[in-house]
Amino acid sequence: MFASIVSYGLAVGAVYALIGITYNVMFSASRVFSFTAGMLGMLGGVLGALFINGLGMNAVLAFVLVMVAGAVLGLVTEILTVRPVLKSIEQHLYVLSTLAFALMIQQVTAIEYNTEPQPFPVLFPIDPNSWLGIVDQKFWLPVLACIVTVLGLEFLYRCTLIGRAFLAIAEDSYAARALGLPETRLRMASYAIAGVIGALAGFTGAQMLLAFIGNQAILNFYGFVPVALGGMGSNRGAVIGGLALGLFQQAANFLVGGIFASVAVFAVFIIVLLLRPEGLAGAAAARRV
Amino acid sequence: MTDATSPISASKAPAGLLGRLEGSWSWIALGLAGLLLPLLDDSYFGVIAQRAYIYWILGAGLNLVVGYAGQIAIGWVAMLTLGAYTTAALAAGRVGGVEWHPYLALIASGVMGAVFGVIVGLPALRLRTFYFAMTTLGFATIVTQVALAWKDVTGGGVGTPGPVFPWPFDPGWGFYYFCFILAALATWITSNIGSSRYGRALVAIRDAEVAAEASGIAKPKLLILIFLLAGGLGGVAGGLFSSLQSYITPDAFTFEMSVLFFIGILIGGRGSILGPLLGTIILTVLPEFAAPLVQWSTFLYAALLLVIVLVIPGGIADLLDYKNRRPLEQHREIVPRPELLSRIFDVKSGPSAITLANIALHFGGVRAIDGLDLEIRSGEVHGLIGPNGSGKTTTLNVISGYYRPNSGQLKLNGAELPINKPYARAAYRIARTFQTPRLVGGASVLENVMIGGTIDGSGTFAESMLSLPRHRRDEKRLNEAAMRALATVGLESLADVRADRLQHSELRFMEIARALMLRPAFLLLDEPAAGLSAEEIRRLGALIKAISREGTGVLLVEHHADLIFDICDRVTVLNLGKTLAAGTPAEIRSHREVVSAYLGA
Repeated sequence: MFASIVSYGLAVGAVYALIGITYNVMFSASRVFSFTAGMLGMLGGVLGALFINGLGMNAVLAFVLVMVAGAVLGLVTEILTVRPVLKSIEQHLYVLSTLAFALMIQQVTAIEYNTEPQPFPVLFPIDPNSWLGIVDQKFWLPVLACIVTVLGLEFLYRCTLIGRAFLAIAEDSYAARALGLPETRLRMASYAIAGVIGALAGFTGAQMLLAFIGNQAILNFYGFVPVALGGMGSNRGAVIGGLALGLFQQAANFLVGGIFASVAVFAVFIIVLLLRPEGLAGAAAARRV
Repeated sequence: MTDATSPISASKAPAGLLGRLEGSWSWIALGLAGLLLPLLDDSYFGVIAQRAYIYWILGAGLNLVVGYAGQIAIGWVAMLTLGAYTTAALAAGRVGGVEWHPYLALIASGVMGAVFGVIVGLPALRLRTFYFAMTTLGFATIVTQVALAWKDVTGGGVGTPGPVFPWPFDPGWGFYYFCFILAALATWITSNIGSSRYGRALVAIRDAEVAAEASGIAKPKLLILIFLLAGGLGGVAGGLFSSLQSYITPDAFTFEMSVLFFIGILIGGRGSILGPLLGTIILTVLPEFAAPLVQWSTFLYAALLLVIVLVIPGGIADLLDYKNRRPLEQHREIVPRPELLSRIFDVKSGPSAITLANIALHFGGVRAIDGLDLEIRSGEVHGLIGPNGSGKTTTLNVISGYYRPNSGQLKLNGAELPINKPYARAAYRIARTFQTPRLVGGASVLENVMIGGTIDGSGTFAESMLSLPRHRRDEKRLNEAAMRALATVGLESLADVRADRLQHSELRFMEIARALMLRPAFLLLDEPAAGLSAEEIRRLGALIKAISREGTGVLLVEHHADLIFDICDRVTVLNLGKTLAAGTPAEIRSHREVVSAYLGA
C-alpha cells in the first residue's frame, strides 16, 4: 500500500505541479491568474486520446500536435481574454474572461467528444515483467515531464537572453518596457509556453487521470493550491507544494477515505492562506498607499 | 444664495433610466405580475417562475457580494448545493435518524449557508480577489465530491428525494407563493442594505479601499456580515430548490448555474438591484424558449459572459445611464464658503495634540523616516515640507495607521494610538486626504462624501436590512451632513454628478468634504494644492485656515511654498527622513540650510 501511495501520490502531485507552473508562467508575464490552466490540462488528455485512439495516429505525432494545440490555445488566451482587460487589472475582470473562455472550450469538448471519462492509450510498449516495468509508465511519465519542464525553464531563464527578458517582465514590466523590451510579444510567448506545459501535464497524466472533461475543474483548483502554498510565481514552491499535495491526498484517500481528503485539502488551503497570505515560501509585499 | 443646510431633495432622485425604473412603479408591476401569475393556471409557467424566484433568492445575496463588494464569488452555486442537501437530508431523517419538519430543515439550510458563506469568504478578508474566486471554486468542486462520496447522507450518485412542504405552502401554487414571498423579501432586504451606509461602504471597499479605511470602514467586519447574509440566502434557495426538484443528485448543480447567476448580475450592472433581478429572470426563462439550443446553453452562457466582460463591463445600467452623459457646465468655479464651517463643527472639543517621538521607519535598507519628532496641535496649521523622498507622505501614513514604525512613539494626548489599524483612526476623529484622490467613480459626489460619515451611523446591520427607524434617521442625517460639507467646499451644485466626471481640482475639494464628515479633530492633507490654479490655491488656503480656526489640528504636506508660508502657524522641514528645521514660517524662510537645500535663493 505504501508503494502505491507514493507512486500514485508523486504522479498526481507532478501533474498538479505542472499545472501550478502553468499558472506561474502566465502570472509572471501578466500578473494574471488564468483559469485556462486546468482547461489546458484537461485538453492535453482529451486531445491525446482523440488523436491516438480516435484517429489512429502515431503517438509521437499525436504528442507534437497536442503540444502545438496547447501553444495555440495559450496564444488565443492571451489575445482574446487577457490583453483586452489588462488595462483595468485592478478590477480582476480577467478572472471572468479566462473562466468564460475555459468553459467554452470545455463545453465544445463535452459536446463534440464525450462527457464520460475515456481511456488513454499506453504510450510505450513496455513488458510489465521486465525491469523497466517495475513502476508503471502512468506513474513515471508525469514525474519525468515535471523534471524536464523544470530543468527546461531553469535553462531558459538562466542561460538565454529571451529567458532573461521574461524575468525582467516578471520583475517590473514597466521598467522592462522602458528598456525597449517588446512586452506584448514576450507575453504572448509566455502564454504559448504555458499552453505547452499545461497540455504536457494533461497528456502525460492522462493514463492515470483518463481523458475526462471533469478534470478541468479539479486541475484548476488542485493546480492552484501548490501555487498558493508555495508563493505566487515560484516554480520551486509549485513543485514542492504539488508533490506534497499529491502525497497527502493519496495518503488520506487510502487511510481515511475520499471525503476527508477533499475536505482536509480545502481546510489546509484556507488556513495557510489566512496565516501566511504570501505563501509558505513567499515574502510579504509592502503595501502601497 | 441658497440656504446650504436645507435638505436637498434632488439627491434622492436616482440616476439614469434604469435608476428611474428603480422608482417604485417598476417594483409594483413586478410584484403584481408575480402575485397574479397563478391566474393563468399554467403549471408549466409556475415551475419556471418558481425556479426564477429561487435563483434570485441566491442571486440577491450574491449581488451584494459581486455587484457591491466586488468580490468575484464564481462558485457560489455551492451554497445552493449545500442548502439543498441539508434540507433534503434533514427532512428525510438521514442525519441522526430524526426526520426534521421541512420548515425547520429549511431554516437549518439557511444557517448552514451562512456559516459556510463566512468560511469560504475568510480568505477574501485579507487576500486579493483572485484567491477568493479560487476558494469559492474549490469549495464548489469539493461540495460536489463530498455529495458523491458521502452516500449515507446524500445518497451519492443516486441522489436523495427533496422534502414536500406541508400547508400552507404545499406543492403547487402554495409553494409558488412561498418562493415568491421569500424572493420579494430577499429583494427588499438586499436593496435596503444596498442603499444604506453599509452598501456605500461595500462599494467604497471595492473601488477605494484605502479611502474606505480612512473613513473608519473595517473591511473584515463588513464582509463577514455580507457573507453571512449571502450564504444564508443561498442556503435557503437551496432548500427550496430541493423541494422544487423533488429529487436531487450531484448532477443537478452544474457549474453552469454559477455562470448563470454571475451573468445575471453582470448584465444588470454593478451596484443595482433591479438590473440583476431582471437579468436573472431573463436568463432563467430564456432557455425554455430555445429548446434546440439546450445542448449549447452552457457554451452560450460562457460566450455571453466573455462578451459582457470585454464589451460592456458596466452592464446595462451603464449603457442606460443617459443622465450622466449630459454635458456638465464648462468653466466651473469652486467657491468654498468657510463661513459654513461653524455648522459642521457644532460641538467644540478642548485642545489636544498628536505627538510623534523619535519615529523611525525603514523599507528594507531605505530609511524613509529616521528619528522624527513632530507635534500637531489643535487649532493650528502645521506645514510639512521637504524635497521628494524626504518622508512627508510616509509620515502621514504612519500617523493614519497604514505603516507600522520600526521604533518611536505615536501618541494622541499622551495615549498611544493603535498601530497598523488605519480603520481605527476615524473613531479618534483623525481624517485625511490623498495625494491621488481616492473616490468611488461610479457613485455620485454626494454618496462619496457620505462615505466619510460611515462611523456616525447608529443603526445596526440588521436595522438597515429591515429599514427600521434608526436606519432611516441615520440616512437622513448623513445626507444632510454631506450636503453641508459639500456646500462648505463649494461643490453642492455637483452633488448628483458621478464622481468620475469631476475635474481634478474638484476631486481635491470633494476629498476635503469627505474628511469634514468626521468633524475632524485632526485633518491630514496630502498635497491638496497639487494641480490647482493659483486662484483655487488661494481659496483652498482660506478654507484650510478656517478649518483650523474651528479647533482642528491640520497637518499640511505641500510643495507650494507660498501656500505653506501663507497659512501655516508652524513648519517642519524634512530631509532624508530627518528634521532639517522646525519653527514659524518666518524662521524657516530665513533658515540658511533650508533655503539652500530646498527653497532656493
